[in-house]
Amino acid sequence: MMRLPKFRYVEPRSLKDAASILATEGPSAMPLAGGTDLFPNMKRRHQTPKTLVALGALPRFAGVRGSAPKGFSIGAGTTLTALEEHGGIRRAWPGLHEAVKSISTPILRNMGTLGGNICLDTRCNYYNQNYEWRRAIHFCMKCDGDTCWVAPGSDTCLAVSSSDSAPMLCALDARLHLVSKAGERTIAARELFARDGIKYLTKAPEEILTQIDLPPVDGWRTTYRKLRRREAFDFPVLGIAVALRFEQEVVAEARLWLGAVAEAPIEAAAAAKALAGRPLADEAIEEASRLAFPVAKPVDNTDFGVRWRKEMSRIMTRDALRSLRSQTR
Amino acid sequence: MAAPDDKPGAPGAGPQKGVGGIPRAGVVGASVTKVDGPAKCAGQTKFADDLVLPRMLFCKVHRAHVPHARIVRIDTSKAEAMPGVIAVMTGKDLPIPFGILPVSQDEHALCPDKVRFVGDPVAAVAATSEDIAFDAMNAIEVEYEPLDPVFSMHDAADGRGARIHDYGDEGNIHKKVALEFGDVARGFAEADEVFEDVLFYEGNTHLPMEQHAALALPEPDGKVTIWSSTQTPHYLHRALAKVLEMPPSRIRVIACPNGGGFGGKSDPFNHEIVVAALALRTGRPVKICLTREEVFYCHRGRHPVLMAIKSGVKKDGSISALHFRSYLDGGAYGSYGVASTYYTGALQTVTYPIANYRFEGARFFTNKPPCGPKRGHGTPQPRFGLEVHLDKIAARLGMNPADLRLKHLVPPNSLTANYLKVGSMGLGACIEKVVAGSGFREKHGRLPRGKGIGIACSSYICGAGLPIYWNSMPHTGVQLRLDRGGGVAVFCGEIDIGQGSDTVLAQFVAEVLGIDPLDIRLCVGDTDLTPVDLGSYSSRVTLMMGNAAIQAAERARELLAKAVAAKLEIPGERVGFGGGRVYDVENPEAKRMTFAEAVVLAESRFGTIGTVGSYVPPPSAGRYRGAGVGPSPAYSYSAAVIEVDVDPDSGWIKVERVHVAHDIGRSINPVLVVGQVEGSIYMGLGEALMEEQVFRANRQGVHKIPSLLEYKSPTTMEMPEVVTYLVEDPDPNGPFGAKEVGQGPLLPVPPAIANAVYDAVGVRVDEVPITPEKILKALDSPQKRYGPTRLPRVEWPETTRVPTPWEGGTGKALEPEKAAAKAEPIGPGGVRR
Amino acid sequence: MSETRVTGAGPGGRAARRRSARPAQEEPATIALRLTVNGERLEVSAPPHHTLLEVLREELGLTGTKHGCELGECGTCTVLVAGRPVLSCLVLPRACEGKPIVTVEGMQRGPEPDPLQRAFAELGAAQCGYCTPGFLLAARDLLDRRPDPTRDEIREALSGNLCRCTGYIKIYEAVELAARRQKDPSARPSEETLRGRS
Repeated sequence: MMRLPKFRYVEPRSLKDAASILATEGPSAMPLAGGTDLFPNMKRRHQTPKTLVALGALPRFAGVRGSAPKGFSIGAGTTLTALEEHGGIRRAWPGLHEAVKSISTPILRNMGTLGGNICLDTRCNYYNQNYEWRRAIHFCMKCDGDTCWVAPGSDTCLAVSSSDSAPMLCALDARLHLVSKAGERTIAARELFARDGIKYLTKAPEEILTQIDLPPVDGWRTTYRKLRRREAFDFPVLGIAVALRFEQEVVAEARLWLGAVAEAPIEAAAAAKALAGRPLADEAIEEASRLAFPVAKPVDNTDFGVRWRKEMSRIMTRDALRSLRSQTR
Repeated sequence: MAAPDDKPGAPGAGPQKGVGGIPRAGVVGASVTKVDGPAKCAGQTKFADDLVLPRMLFCKVHRAHVPHARIVRIDTSKAEAMPGVIAVMTGKDLPIPFGILPVSQDEHALCPDKVRFVGDPVAAVAATSEDIAFDAMNAIEVEYEPLDPVFSMHDAADGRGARIHDYGDEGNIHKKVALEFGDVARGFAEADEVFEDVLFYEGNTHLPMEQHAALALPEPDGKVTIWSSTQTPHYLHRALAKVLEMPPSRIRVIACPNGGGFGGKSDPFNHEIVVAALALRTGRPVKICLTREEVFYCHRGRHPVLMAIKSGVKKDGSISALHFRSYLDGGAYGSYGVASTYYTGALQTVTYPIANYRFEGARFFTNKPPCGPKRGHGTPQPRFGLEVHLDKIAARLGMNPADLRLKHLVPPNSLTANYLKVGSMGLGACIEKVVAGSGFREKHGRLPRGKGIGIACSSYICGAGLPIYWNSMPHTGVQLRLDRGGGVAVFCGEIDIGQGSDTVLAQFVAEVLGIDPLDIRLCVGDTDLTPVDLGSYSSRVTLMMGNAAIQAAERARELLAKAVAAKLEIPGERVGFGGGRVYDVENPEAKRMTFAEAVVLAESRFGTIGTVGSYVPPPSAGRYRGAGVGPSPAYSYSAAVIEVDVDPDSGWIKVERVHVAHDIGRSINPVLVVGQVEGSIYMGLGEALMEEQVFRANRQGVHKIPSLLEYKSPTTMEMPEVVTYLVEDPDPNGPFGAKEVGQGPLLPVPPAIANAVYDAVGVRVDEVPITPEKILKALDSPQKRYGPTRLPRVEWPETTRVPTPWEGGTGKALEPEKAAAKAEPIGPGGVRR
Repeated sequence: MSETRVTGAGPGGRAARRRSARPAQEEPATIALRLTVNGERLEVSAPPHHTLLEVLREELGLTGTKHGCELGECGTCTVLVAGRPVLSCLVLPRACEGKPIVTVEGMQRGPEPDPLQRAFAELGAAQCGYCTPGFLLAARDLLDRRPDPTRDEIREALSGNLCRCTGYIKIYEAVELAARRQKDPSARPSEETLRGRS
C-alpha cells in the first residue's frame, strides 16, 4: 500500500494563525485543503512537507457569497461539488460550472476544493510517478533531479498546468485574494500563473489563496471544453476556456484561454481579438480557431500525441465558439 | 411439511427460486444468486490483503531500476541496521529458478546475478511495519554493470542488445514455430484472389482492481502456509516446493478469492515465494501487498503481436489457403509464452474452414515485464487480424461481411486442418441473432458518413486439452462429504476469480442431489484440503470441474438411492431426487423422505458418505509437435455487431452500441453468463480503444504509465449499451451441455470496431488500440490506412508438415524436410496481388 | 558492452539527501482519534500520518473497505463521511472526527442487507467483489439524494469507481432494481437482465 511520509499536522484556528505558521516554517510547510492533489504527491514523495497546515476548518474558507449582477465571491475552500451544485454560478457562469464539473470524479469533487484546483501542481508523466520509478530515470528537474526528460535541452521544467478551473477563471477575469502574514492582496487570476513547471505560481509559498471573486455577469457568455481520453478521472490534455461579452449580436469583448498545453494557462489573444467587434459568424469562428492553433504548444508529457493535441486546439476552439452562439441564460 | 412446489421427477426440481422470486424448473439454468455475492456485498469476503496474523511482518521488494544489467554488489547493511527491520533477503538466498512452463524455468524469486527489466525483484525486506519496510527497501543499494538492453522485436531480430537468457531458439528469439497443414502453395494456386495484410495488436494488461497480495505463515512444526491472490494454487504449490526445496506435503497454498484475475494471477510469482522464504527465515508471518506500479511489473498480459496474413480466396469467399505469421514481444521471461505463441496460430481454423493452413510464429525476449496469458490468451490478436482481413475480402468480393461468414462455417462434429475436434457449433445462430437484432443488413454500407457498423466473430476453448506439465492424471477433482443433517461439503481446488466458479460448482452438486445450493458448503483452492484443480485459466473450470462435480454427486446419489430404495422397497432406478427430497418417482407424495433422512439411511448402511469425481479431457486428434495447444473438449462461439460514431474532423471515436451473441452450449446460471459476456465486451472495448502497456525505450525502458490514472481503463462514461443474446446448443462434452463464457466474447470486439470504423469513414486502422489520433492519420493518409508495414527478420525453422484430415492425414507430421520459407516482405493493408 | 558502472544510489543517493525526508520531530508515534464509524463511537490510536483507509482496515479491522491504488485514481476505497462519498485513501482520520463515517460493513440494518447489497448480490453486480464496497457506497449516496435516478444519473454518479469485471451494466441494473424496491419491495429484474435478449 502506498503510504504517506511522516509530517507534522497543525490545525490553525484562524487565517492569521495559518499565515503565521506558513511564514515561520517557510517552504517546508504547506497548506492542506482537500488533499486530493497533495496527498498523492506526498505518497509518491514528490512533495514532502514537514508540516501540513490544515485550512479545512477555517471560518469563511468555504462557501459562495454574492450574486450574479454584483459578482460572486467563492471561498477557496469551497468543495468542487458545492460549487458544481450552486445554481447561481451555473446560470451565471456556465463555463465555470462545466470546468468544475469536468474535474476528476464526483467522489474526488466531494473532497477537492476550488483553491486546490487553481493551485494544482503541474503534471508530467515523468514526474507523477512513484519514487522507485523516478529513480530509474535518474529523477527529473522538477523533483530530485536535473534534467527535464520531456526536452532534455530545456532549461526550465515543462510540466503542464492541468487545472480546469484556472484557464476559465483567467478568461472570465476573476480576482484572487492572497493572504500572508504581511497582509492581504488581490491579483487578477492571470497574474497567478508562471511559465515554469516548478515555480508555476507567482504567489509566495506562504501566501494562502483565500477567495475568488467573479465579476458581475453583465452580458458575458462562457464555455469550457476539455480534451481527455475518458469522461471521468482524467486531467485535461487541452482545455478551451472562452468568455465573450455580447452587445446585441456583436461580440464586444472576447477572452480565450487554453489550458493544459503549457506550464500555465495560455491566453490566445490574437484569436480573441479576431472575434471582437463582429458577430459570431462562421468566418469569425474559423479565423479565431486558426489563430488559437499556434498558441497551443503541447509537449509529450501527457496522454495522447502532441500533434493531435495541437490539432484539436483548432477544432475544439471552433466547437466551443459555435456553442456560444446559441447559449442563453 | 409443505409439498415441493415444483413437480418432482426432473433432477434438481426444487424450491430454489431464481432472482426476484421467479420460479425455475431446476437449479441448473436458473439465475441463482451468486453464492459468494452476499458476503462480497457485505464486505465480509477476505481477500489476501485483508488477512492479519499476530506478529505479522510486512514485506517490500527492492526492484531493479535498470533494464538490463549484471548485479555486481548488493549492499543491504543500511536496511538491516534500521530499527524494525527483521530480515533482508537477496537472490543468493533463493538460487533455484522457477516458471509456469516446464520449458521456461527462467525466473528467480530474487534475481541472483542479472536483472532483465525495470521492476525485476532484487532484494526483499521484512519489517514490523510497512512504513519501515518501505524505508528499508529504499536504503538497499545495488551496483550494476549495465548490459545493452533491447526493447523491440525488430531490434531483437536484428541481433541488437545483449542476450537476455542463455536459452531459447536463437539470440533473443525465445521460440520459433513453423507448421503447415495441407499444402498452402497448392491452396494459393487454386485461389481466385490473394489478399495480404500486416496488422499489429498492442500489448495491454489485466489491471485487476485487487493488487496481488500474499501472506505466509510458518508453522511450529516446520510447515508453511501461504495465502495468496492466485488463480493457480496448484502451480504455485509446485513452484514453492521447488524453490524452497521442501516436500510439497509440508507446504500449503490457500488461494484467496481473487479481486479480479483475467490471467494476471496465473503464474507463480516471485513475491509469493519471497514471503514464504521470509516467513521461514524469521519464524513470523510475513505479508506483502504490491503497489499498483508493481502490479504493472508482474504483468503477464497481452503480448504485443505483429501479424502478417496472406490468404487465398475463391470467388465464393471460401479460403483455399491461409498463411499466418505472428511475432510476439514476450518481455523478459518465458511465462506462458511458448503456449501463447502456439495460440496465436491455433484457433483460426475453428470458425471458417481453411483448406490449407500454414502458421509461423516467433516470440522475442525484450527488457520489459513479461507477457503471458490475458483473457483470450494468444487469440484476440490473430482474431483481430483474421476478422479485419475477412472484412477487406468481403468488401473486395462485394459480399456482405455477415454473409461471407455465414456461407463458410466450420460444420459441427468435424475436424479442422490442424486436427481440432469441433463439437457443437453455434456460430451461425450467433451471427443470425446479432445481424437481425442490430439491423446490420439494413445499416452496413448505408449509414451517413461518421456512422459505422461492423461485424466480427470468434471462438474460444473450454479448457486446454493438455495440462501444463504432461501427465495422465485428472485436470480436476471434486470431493463430497454428506452430513447427516442434510448439508453437503464440496471440496475442489478451483478458485473463484469473480467468474462465478463457486456458484456453478454449488449448482452442479445441488442439481444432481436435488437440494438447495444454500445447503452446500464449499471448500476451495486449498492444496492441503481440496483435490487438485489446475486453476482458473483457459476457460476450463465450468466444463472440467463441472464434469467432475457431476461425477462425484452422481456417486453420492447412487449410494443414497440404494439405501432409500431398500427402505421404500422399490427398485433403485425409481428413486428420484428433487426439492430437498428423495422419493419414489412413481409415488412421490406417499413414498418420500427428506434429503437428510436419506443421508442418515445411507450412512447407517455404508458408513460415512464421501465421494469423489474427476475429469480428464478426451484425447486430442493431433499427433504432431505443437498439437498440444488448441485442442479442447469444446469450443464456444461469439459474434458481435458494433455501432460507432467517428468524427471525421478529429478522429474521435465513440462506441454507441454492441450487439453480441454467445454460444454458451447451455447456461448454468444465465444472469452470471450475461455478466461474463458484458464484462468481456467491456475488456475488449478497453483493448480496442485505449489500453496500452507501453514503455519508454529511450528512458531505460521504464513503463510509460504504470498507474490507474494514466493506464486508461474505461469508466462508466465510456461503456456503451450492450445487447446480449445467449445461444444455447448443448455440447455433449459440457456439463449439462455448458461451454465457456469468460473469455470468448472479448474476441470479436476489437475487429468489429475496426470494421465499423471503416464503414463509418472509409479508413482502415490495422492496429489496436484504435485511437482518434490513428483514425485521423489514416484519414489524412493517401492509402486511407494506419498500421504497420515492417516485419522483423526471422529465419524460420524447419516446417512441421501435417497432412490434413481430408488429405487422409492421421494427425501425425511427415518426416522433417527443409522448409524453404523465409521472411519475405508482405505488403501493407489489403494489398492484392 | 559498456564498462560504465552505475550504482543503485546514483542520483537517488544525492536526491535522498536533498529530500530531507526525515520525519518531523513533533508528532508522536501514535495519536488518539475519536471516530464515529457505522454508528459506533470509537476511540482508536494510530500513526498520525496514516489515512482513514489505513485506520479503518488496520486499526479497526474493517477490511470491507478495499484499496486499488491509494492515490485517488480508482474509487475502490470509497466510504461515506458526513453522508457523502470520499476516498478514504486521501483523507486523514483526524479531519473526520465528529463526522459520521459509514463503511460497507455499516450499510445493513440489523440482519437485513441494504437493498443495494441485496440487488448487487442477486444480479451478479459483484463479480470478483473487490470494487463492490466502493460502488455500493457511491450508489447509496446517489439513492439518498435521488431515489429514482435515470441511467445517465447512475453512470455519472458511479463514474468515480472503476470496475474491471462487469462492464458496469449489471451494476446499473442493480442500482435500478434497488431503487425500485425502495418503493415496491416486490420489484423484479427484467428477463433481459437475467437471461439476455431473446
